[in-house]
Amino acid sequence: MNDIHSDETAIEVRDLTVAYGQQPVLWDVDVSVPKGVLLAVLGPNGAGKTTFIKSILDLVPVAGGSIRIHGRPYRRNRSRVAYVPQRGSVDWDFPTHVLDVVEMGTYGRLGWFRRPGAAEREQALKALAQVEMTAYAHRQISQLSGGQQQRVFLARALVQDAEVYLMDEPFQGVDATTERTIVELLKRLRERGKTVVVVHHDLQTVQEYFDHVLLLNGRRIAAGPVAEVFTEENLRATYGGRVAFLSSLLTQRAP
Amino acid sequence: MMDAISTLFSDYTVRTVALGATLLGITAGALGCFAMLRRQSLLGDAISHAALPGIAIAFLITGSKSPLVLVLGAGLAGWFGTFLITGLTRRTRITHDTALAMLLSVFFGFGLMLLTFIQRRPDANQAGLDSFLFGQAAALMQRDIQVMFGIGCVVLFLMTLFWKEFKLISFDAEAAHTLGLPVRALDHLLTALFVSAIVIGLQTVGVVLMSAMIIAPAAAARQWTDRLWVMMGLAAFFGAVSGVGGVLSSGLVPHLPTGPAIVLFISAIVVFSLLFAPNRGLAFRMMRQWRSGQEFRVDAVLVDMYRLASQHETVDHPHSEQVLNAMSGNARRTLHLLETLGLAQRIDDEHWALTESGTERARGLVEKRWGEGP
Amino acid sequence: MSASLEIQLIAVLVAVACALPGVFLILRGMAMMSDAISHAILPGIVIAFLITGNLSSGWLILGAGLSGVLTVALVEVLRTTGLLKEDAAIGIVFPALFSLGVVLIAVFAGDVHLDTDAVLLGELAFAPFDRHVILGREVPRAAVVMAIILVINAAFITLFYKELKMSTFDVALASSFGFAPSVLHYGLMALVSTTAVGAFDAVGSILVVALMVAPPAAAYLLTRRLSSMLVWSALIGCLVAVGGYWMARLLDASIAGSMATMAGILFMIVLAFAPSRSSGSRRGRA
Repeated sequence: MNDIHSDETAIEVRDLTVAYGQQPVLWDVDVSVPKGVLLAVLGPNGAGKTTFIKSILDLVPVAGGSIRIHGRPYRRNRSRVAYVPQRGSVDWDFPTHVLDVVEMGTYGRLGWFRRPGAAEREQALKALAQVEMTAYAHRQISQLSGGQQQRVFLARALVQDAEVYLMDEPFQGVDATTERTIVELLKRLRERGKTVVVVHHDLQTVQEYFDHVLLLNGRRIAAGPVAEVFTEENLRATYGGRVAFLSSLLTQRAP
Repeated sequence: MMDAISTLFSDYTVRTVALGATLLGITAGALGCFAMLRRQSLLGDAISHAALPGIAIAFLITGSKSPLVLVLGAGLAGWFGTFLITGLTRRTRITHDTALAMLLSVFFGFGLMLLTFIQRRPDANQAGLDSFLFGQAAALMQRDIQVMFGIGCVVLFLMTLFWKEFKLISFDAEAAHTLGLPVRALDHLLTALFVSAIVIGLQTVGVVLMSAMIIAPAAAARQWTDRLWVMMGLAAFFGAVSGVGGVLSSGLVPHLPTGPAIVLFISAIVVFSLLFAPNRGLAFRMMRQWRSGQEFRVDAVLVDMYRLASQHETVDHPHSEQVLNAMSGNARRTLHLLETLGLAQRIDDEHWALTESGTERARGLVEKRWGEGP
Repeated sequence: MSASLEIQLIAVLVAVACALPGVFLILRGMAMMSDAISHAILPGIVIAFLITGNLSSGWLILGAGLSGVLTVALVEVLRTTGLLKEDAAIGIVFPALFSLGVVLIAVFAGDVHLDTDAVLLGELAFAPFDRHVILGREVPRAAVVMAIILVINAAFITLFYKELKMSTFDVALASSFGFAPSVLHYGLMALVSTTAVGAFDAVGSILVVALMVAPPAAAYLLTRRLSSMLVWSALIGCLVAVGGYWMARLLDASIAGSMATMAGILFMIVLAFAPSRSSGSRRGRA
């Protein structure tokens, strides 16, 4: 199970190409994500960021290329990967409560016909505590704010106790408290040696929150440590001319 | 009235029909919850229409009118219909709703063509086949009930068995996939159960009205609870109640057809639930809005008075109503409300002042809501 | 004119009259609304009949139009409460209204020629027997009614072509131009309702759905331009009408059922040979 590769690489993507109908969304993307890093996936709208994550998770059909998680294909290493979808991907008016949603994270290892019991409940409560949502455990999910919904999804991923976390825009439209909670959570995950891949929008916080970036725009523009890759030149190549404001940001914060 | 009902119940046929309607209500109501939550409310309509050619073909092939054969034909056709809808939506530019509408009308038309074709064949005794169009609850027989009971039990058993999986694929299919569940197989299974629940109802309420039996109980139940299993139980209960209600009222009112009566019953339950269910119901919502509106006005006037007073040396300095009107619109009614609440007092015809508790509340509000000191 | 020709003429009129508003229904993602409306107009017809006591009165068409619009409004009201999703709202409103219509017929008008079979299934074969004298010539009533409805539909679409086009593809832009998309929306729904009532006399409510949805769906596969989609839909509608009639003759089966079947067959043929079958860029990506 531990081949040489999996010692240092969490996710290995080779020649990944994804197309919807005849329209390609990702071409020939090569990325290797080292273990234990916080990676931000950046790019303009329609650059294929979500598609990138979903293709790792086998949620969209892949036209070509290979993806390995800890050295093995995703299908054989599924339990090591947890996914935090975009908040808007589900119906929040679904008749269920917070604890129940978090418990869903345990359904994979529970197996057929077994109901979640006291042990699963405990794990769910622990995960809720990590995102500071204990007080809301029995709240109907439609009564949550956007940030709280996001934290519920994070808790569901935590319950899975995975090695690799893939998050689709967790910072999208959340309040400041939630943003801080998520950032602290990301750092704790990194301390425990987990790998976290986050689709991200806010260029201003990249240097503060993450240590690796992947710049995407249909193709891979650049990937690597923030200090090396998050440069004006690369950003311009990713976003086109739309990042004039960034040069000031970069010089300001450059180490 | 009670006499009439008890006479009805002692009638063997009525008992059989009521039992059938109850079984149907329970099965369709429970399954309908998943359908509604998965945004497949109209799929039920398409499936029930698509079942018609299946019934005709089953009869053409076997020449038998045994309920099991016809239900099997209906089920296969319904299942094939959903398969086509999914295929059209996935593989062509056709949108989901267009695929639904096309499938239901074309299959239904095809079924109709077959039925009329059968009718005009000299040898066939087709009587009874067209009861599937509008349903003929009164014609339900012991063997129909047995089939309904058998299928209903299997459907409900499988639903409980795969409860957590069905719940998860209904709430978040992508998460289900990443957790390692075979989403597509579960989806097929749930659709198969859904088709089964529909076909056992065709004979009772007919092709056209079956979709109401699927969605309406679920829609009503959703208003009363935020827990999925409670919702299922309630939906089954509402389905059963309207089944019995429809059968009884069609026994009491001459010419009243059973299927439409059942649908009108369940529709009435939906309307009542939308209006009066606690928390979600419209009546409750309006009351809440009115109350919070009141509260807001009370607070606004209190704060105005407090701010005015803070420009003077005493907090209970009286202010004229005109000034308050100018600050927060028509204040008179709110001032009277404040008086009954003991938060303000009338000094004379024109002037009002805060009471002690009013001052306290106003100070709290100013600090909390407006984030400023006096 | 022979009965056979007359039936085909009526069938063609119905098919084209249905196909035109149908194009907008499927482009607006409202195909199932045709199903809802064609059922829900029943109580309007019955109530108008109970008041006037006359089956061939224009009030019936008015009643149907009103209850069609009422259906749309009810669905809209239910949806805006946020308590139900739109599809659930549709699925509750139309069976309730249809049941109301059936119950009204059964209880108050049991012995009139307005039975539910006819409403749902129609019988085109009888249409030539119901005749009217117009301009000194005896013509089938259904042909006159459908011709009038076809003219109204064509006129509405021609007059408001650019408004309909814009409000179909970009509601926000249309309303910013002052085109009042909701007025157009209800206008279109009234059109669908009157077409449905005119048509279902002859072909029944389910066939109305088939004729409103299948030819435009086939046309949608053939072209991406609105104007040519309207033309193709009308042409395919004609084929459906004539082909369906002859299939019914051949099998000695219901004309309405055969036309719906023919609509399905033609759609499958178009699907098999359409230039672009892939879903293209329409599938969203996040």
